[in-house]
This record gives sequence, structure tokens and C-alpha cells, in this order.
Amino acid sequence: MSGIPHDHYEPKSDWEKGLHNRLPIIGLLYDTLMIPTPKNLNWMWIWGIVLTFCLALQIVTGIVLVMHYTPHVDLAFASIEHIMRNVEGGHMIRYLHMNGASLFFVAVYAHIFRGLYYGSYKAPREVTWIIGMLIYLLMMGTAFMGYVLPWGQMSFWGATVITGLFGAIPFVGEAIQTWLLGGPAVDNATLNRFFSLHYLMPFLIAGLVVVHIWAFHTTGNNNPTGVEVRRTSKEDAEKDTLPFWPYFVIKDLFALAVILVVFFAIVGFMPNYLGHPDNYIEANPLATPAHIVPEWYFLPFYAILRAFTPDVWLVMFVTWITGGIVTAKFFGVIAMFGAIAVMALAPWLDTSSVRSGRYRPMFKWWFGLLVFDFFVLMWVGAMPAEGIYPIIALIGSIYWFAYFLVLLPLLGVIETPDAQPENIEADFAAKHSKHVDGGSAGSTQPAE
Amino acid sequence: MMLRKLALSVALSLGLANGAMAAGGAGHVEDFDFSFEGPFGSFDTNQLQRGLQIYTEICSGCHGLQYVPIRTLSDSGGPELPENQVRAYAEFYEVFDADLDDFRPAKPTDHFPESSLENAPDLSLMAKGRAGFHGPYGSGMNQLFKGMGGPEYIASLLVGYTGEEKEQAGSIFYENTAFPGGWIAMAPPLYGDDVEFADGHSTDLHHLAEDVSAFLMWTAEPKLMARKQSGFAGVLLLTLLSVLLYLTNKRLWAPVKAKYKKKD
Amino acid sequence: MSTAEDHHDPERRDFLYYATAGAGAVTAGAVVWPLVNQMNPSADVRALSELRQDIEMEPGEQIRVLWQGKPVFIRRRTEEEINSARDVPVGDLQDPDARNGNDYGAPATDANRSFGENDEYVLFMGVCTHLGCVPVGAGEGDFGGWFCPCHGSHYDMAGRIRRGPAPENLHIPEFDFEEGVVVLKKQYKP
Repeated sequence: MSGIPHDHYEPKSDWEKGLHNRLPIIGLLYDTLMIPTPKNLNWMWIWGIVLTFCLALQIVTGIVLVMHYTPHVDLAFASIEHIMRNVEGGHMIRYLHMNGASLFFVAVYAHIFRGLYYGSYKAPREVTWIIGMLIYLLMMGTAFMGYVLPWGQMSFWGATVITGLFGAIPFVGEAIQTWLLGGPAVDNATLNRFFSLHYLMPFLIAGLVVVHIWAFHTTGNNNPTGVEVRRTSKEDAEKDTLPFWPYFVIKDLFALAVILVVFFAIVGFMPNYLGHPDNYIEANPLATPAHIVPEWYFLPFYAILRAFTPDVWLVMFVTWITGGIVTAKFFGVIAMFGAIAVMALAPWLDTSSVRSGRYRPMFKWWFGLLVFDFFVLMWVGAMPAEGIYPIIALIGSIYWFAYFLVLLPLLGVIETPDAQPENIEADFAAKHSKHVDGGSAGSTQPAE
Repeated sequence: MMLRKLALSVALSLGLANGAMAAGGAGHVEDFDFSFEGPFGSFDTNQLQRGLQIYTEICSGCHGLQYVPIRTLSDSGGPELPENQVRAYAEFYEVFDADLDDFRPAKPTDHFPESSLENAPDLSLMAKGRAGFHGPYGSGMNQLFKGMGGPEYIASLLVGYTGEEKEQAGSIFYENTAFPGGWIAMAPPLYGDDVEFADGHSTDLHHLAEDVSAFLMWTAEPKLMARKQSGFAGVLLLTLLSVLLYLTNKRLWAPVKAKYKKKD
Repeated sequence: MSTAEDHHDPERRDFLYYATAGAGAVTAGAVVWPLVNQMNPSADVRALSELRQDIEMEPGEQIRVLWQGKPVFIRRRTEEEINSARDVPVGDLQDPDARNGNDYGAPATDANRSFGENDEYVLFMGVCTHLGCVPVGAGEGDFGGWFCPCHGSHYDMAGRIRRGPAPENLHIPEFDFEEGVVVLKKQYKP
């Protein structure tokens, strides 16, 4: 592995040497686990471990649930009730899986915004960022299809509405929609293929996670300063870094345990808080629930989807210029996927020479506004599309695009960055040399 | 700082998520005080038995409980009927047996029958399929503090009839303060004193509504108590682990950080 | 002021590390058990393990019911049938064990393989102990009881193997008998 100079695994006994010559697996594990990691990582660098845990949790509970679940329109809903009532501990396993999806998305959003603030997407980590975006897309697909499996009212109508998006594509939309569903409407064929894909995609995610880790182990971790680890010699590198094990493993596990306390409290005491009551009513193609809303983690993008109504002048203009091919409905679909696409393009849109938002006085504020915007969009996505809400959604959507397409390129040019520390060690030393370590509530402080 | 900010944003996002349920036109739902609420709340066996009686004598005329196995009536934490009573109770229902190609009296291993009336919804999951509390302003705070409000919704519905009726397209609708839209097709099922309890418990409308709602919460979430116990055990174990990991982490990093400490 | 204790008390540090590792191991164990346990028979399967069968019938009548995927024979024997089984000395039997789930290890006397007033009733699994075929009867075979056509095992009126390749008497499962009803219940180990 290129990158930061560090000690490598040296096989000692004959047996170890023999294995190493044939399959250097211990060396691979050693290099992965002992990777030099910047000393100054803060508490926003824990989400990777949380996400890895979530993936494992979802795969393990999912495999277990499959042992009792039946993917058939007549039996799916009842088989979930069978899990909830008859299977040993089934209710807990199912609630863990259900709420595990929410934990997964809480973690992935924290992880993404961490990357956006500290410039983790910038060169040379573009590949890590793009792989991450692919993982995020797969996660959304997996979560969406998984939500269909209980075959409740929200499952059915969510599937109907979301696959309906593909119907908005000009010319081929209807054909694509029919192909996705395996028929004219959401039915048994849809349920079966969603089940199959819901089972498959987590393993694709796991594969991409390996590539994601591989990529950033090659470039080295970013860190809160955005300043690279010194690579002039192993001694220099060691001043900036510590091995991942045990320093960061224990730190991350501590954070994970704290998060899981909250998670278990939700699963144990309010497991349906994040769900929709309508999904405890079996799917009925004859009656739509009064208010179809996706799960919370889709809401910001759902808000963007709904924001571009036919009376928005931009939409009218695009419809006119394309001769009616791009309708408001299609525009909304483009906007929704575009919102994720612009995020994926961040490495090439950001023109600043400074990596970390910590040393970018103007960027900080606009980034803060983006986070706020994200929550506003999440909130407005859950509200009915009437009154003031569509206007809020439109403003929020426009800011989302403006941040990536206008502000990121512009700020790099007009902003004067603050001074960055010379190296990571200096940043770490500055933080820990204070007599009274005020402020950072989250960090572990030496006993004084 | 970062952690606190994060906790806040997570809390906010969780809360906001539930704005989902902030649909308009919802009726008024009273916050009943059920024994199974809160982290340590549990079902009241006597209340579940009374609720079962109300369900059997009144609701089961039209509604079903198709996901509930009759045998579970003897489960601990539920109505806890003795097994011979459950057998006798099961025979009260007729179920279709595909092997016999005929109806036969139900056995404890059978489920309760489905609804017998086309537009009477199955009640198995009613207490989880409805939310009584919303908002405010899509913040989800009410559900956080009061619960989802499914059983409260059912109880409020049962006591929410105003006595007004109207005819629409050949059907009678009854005005109800809890029902979204205000007019419901179900005639008032309870008036008070509709059943007689062996234990002499009060049979006024409010109590009957509360008892049958508690029973329906049990049919919807029979493992509620086991779930809370698992959750509590998980929280305790993970809290202990968190404390130990915190101390281990602190000790592990102490020499690293000490190196940069200014000497006095 | 400084963290002297951190450096000078290795024993305390060791204890902390062991405690953390121990708590981690306990947590991991607590995760594994439910994942294993969920594969045990679920509550509905366990509930179906109980069979309640009314056995009111005339002497010489027999019922066959399916329980746990296998046939169970229940017969109310006539006076003659009872005597034909009673008269056999245990020493003449191929399998001297009663094979009675209610009375392990008892000798294979007729009394030990029957129940009810005057030992009228017999109940056993209709599964030949040779290779699992379903014997025919009663009143079949050389001993007037059951006969397994697959490989020619002859059972008498108490379901005991008398001739043929079957190694054991027909198995009697554990059951309760009360007020004209037999209750068979498979016990799943918790």
C-alpha cells in the first residue's frame, strides 16, 4: 500500500512465513487495522464504524427475518405478524431491523455532512467520495424495497408512487415502469423482485464498502485540519498519526456504544415512533391512505421532488423550451436525482485551495445554512403540499442546488482563508496543551 | 460541542420525521391514562379480560381479529385465561377447515375469525394502525411525549359520538369527534352498561371504552412487555459498556495527550 | 496535576481493560443467543404439538389421527383381543421393553402397553420400528394385530413385535388420559 510510511507486518515463525508466501492475509489485516490515522480526528470521524455496524446489523437481522418471512401478496403481511407473535424473539429482531434502517441513515447523513464540511471529498479523495455516493444510492434503493416487503398500506402506495416517478420519463417512462413492476401495477411480481433485490443489494454495498475503505487507506484519512499527514519519513508520519488499533477502534466503539444506548431505548420503548401507522394496515389497492409520506430519510429529496410544480416559472420555461417533453413531473424527478448528483460532483465544483471548512470563514456560514436547509426540507417533505409549504420547499430546493452549483465554485475564488496549522501534530498539540481544556465537551480529557 | 450539536440535530431530525403524520382534518383524541404506557408500564390482566369480554359480546359481531391466535389468550402478560377456558372460549367461534371442507368449532390453535362485515376493519392491529397524536407543526413532539396514541384514538372514538346522524348515498353516518372527517359509518357500539363484569368493575361508557382499547393494544402488540424488558436490558448493558469504554479510551489516550501538556 | 496515576498503576489499568473486554464479550454473547434461539420451533408450531382426541368408541373400533406428521393408532379392544395379548409371557417377546413414553424401561406386558378401564385401549405411533412404514391392521398378520407390508413385521394386539425385521415394539408416545380424551403433547426442550 502506498501512502503514509509505516511499519508492515513481518512474519516471524516458519508457519507464518509459509502462509505469508502463499496468502498474505495476515499482512492485509495488519495493514488495515494498524493503518496510521491522524491523531486529531474528532468525534465526527466515528460514523464509519457506526455505518459498518449498521450494515452488519441489517444483514444479520435480515437473514434471520428471511427464515420466517413469505414474499407473497397473500401471505407477506401475515408472515410479518407471525414473526411479531410466534417466532422466538421475533418481535425484537424485526424492530431492530426496522429501526436499524433509521440508524443507518442518521449515520450516513452525519458521515456525508462531515465530509462536506471538512472537504473530505477533495483531491485526492474523489474516488472515496464517489464510491460513498454509490453506497448511499444503493442504501436508498435497499431501504425503499425493504419497506415494500411488509406489504402494508404505506409499502404498497409508497411503491406505487416511487415507481410512478419512472413513468415520468418521456417516451420510455411507461415501459420502464411496467418493466420495474412486472405488470401494470404493484403486485406479486413486484413484491418478489423487490424481495430478491433487497436481499442482494446489501452484499453489493458490503463490496463497495471494502472498496471505499481501500480507497481512503490508499490516500490516508482526511482530518479536521484538512492538512495532509507528513510523509517525508516514517518518523515524521508517526508524529502526526497513531495506529487505528487500538486508539481509534476503542474511541469509535465507545461512541458506538453510546449511540446504541439511544438506539436500544428507541427499539425497546418506542419502536414505531419513526414508522407510519398505516403500514399496520394490509395493502389495499382500492384505498389510498390520506397522506402518503416516505420514511423520514427520504423526506429532503421527496421535498425537492414536489417543489417543482407546474406554476414555477423555471419549470414553465423548461417545459416550453423542450416543447413539452420535460413536464413538471419529469422536472421534479430530474431535480430529485440531480440533488444527489450535484452532491456527488462536489469534488469538481469546489474551487477552494483549502480543504477544511474550519479555515474558511465564509464557507462555514453557507455550510451551516445547507445543514439547516436539509432539515427544513426534511420537515417540509412531511407536510402536506399546500399553503406556505410548497414555497418553503422551493426555496429550500433552490438553495440546495445553489450551494453546490454556485457557492462552492464562487467561494473558492472570493474567500480569504484563515491560516492553517503547519501540520497535524501542531493542531493536536494546540488542543491538548491548554491548562483548562474548555469547550469541546465531546472529547476525552486527561484527568486533571 | 460537536457531540451536543449532533445530538440536537439527530433529535430534531427524529422529531421532524414524524411531522409525517401531521395530516389535516384529524379529530380530537383524549389522552387516556393506560397502565401499559411509559418505559415500565405493563398490561393489566383484569382489564384485558374485561376488554376481551367487551370484544366478544359486542365488537366480534362485525369485526375480526384474524392475526390473533386464540391460544395466546392464555399467554403470560396477556389476559391469562386458564387453558381449559381458552378451549371452551374457542368453541364459541366457527372456522372454516380446508381439510374438512366445512366449518367446525374453533380450537385454541386457530386464529380469531376475520371480520364478518365487509366494511368493518379487522381489529388485530387497529391500536398500531392509527395514531392519535400529531404535531405540533410536524415536530412529532406530541408523539414523543404521549405515545403514538393508537389505543387513545380507539377509546376516544368509542366515547366520541355526538348523537347526530346523517344519511348519505343510502348509508347512515354518525357524527364522531375523534374520527377524521367527523362522520363515521359505524353506529355507536357502546352506550355504557352494555356488558356485566363478574368482578363488578364499573361499566360506564368511559371505562368500557378504556378496557376494550387496552385489550386491542394487547392484540396489536402482545409482546409489548417482553419488548420493554429487552430494551431495558439492552440499555443497561450498553450503558455499562459505554462507561467502561469511556474509561478505557481515556486511559489509552492519556499518555498521548500528556506529551503535549505544558509543564507547570 | 498531571496524570501520574495513569502511568504508575498498571494493575488498575489491566483490570479496566479486562473489565471492558469482558463486558464486550457479554454483549456479543447477548447478541448471539437470540439469533440462535429464533430458529427453534415458533409458538404456533409448539401449539400444534398438542393433540386432543376424543376416544369414545365401541370395542373393536379404531381411529387413526395424524400428529406431528405421523399417524397415531388408537384402538378400543374387544375382550378377545385383550386376552390374546395378555396371555403372552414377556419371555417370548422379541422386544421385552414396553417402549412406553409414559413409563420408560417397563417390561412389555400388555398392562404396560394399554390404558383405560380393564386395559381396553391401546395407543401408539403407527410407524413400523423397522424402516418407518405404516403398518396395517388391526386383525392383520400372524398374530392378529398389525402387519407391516414393507418387510413383513408382525405385531400383536398390544402392538408388540412378534416376528419380522422390526427391532422394537410400536412406540407409545407420552400422553395424558382424562375423561375420555387423550392429550398428546410433544415437549420441546426450552
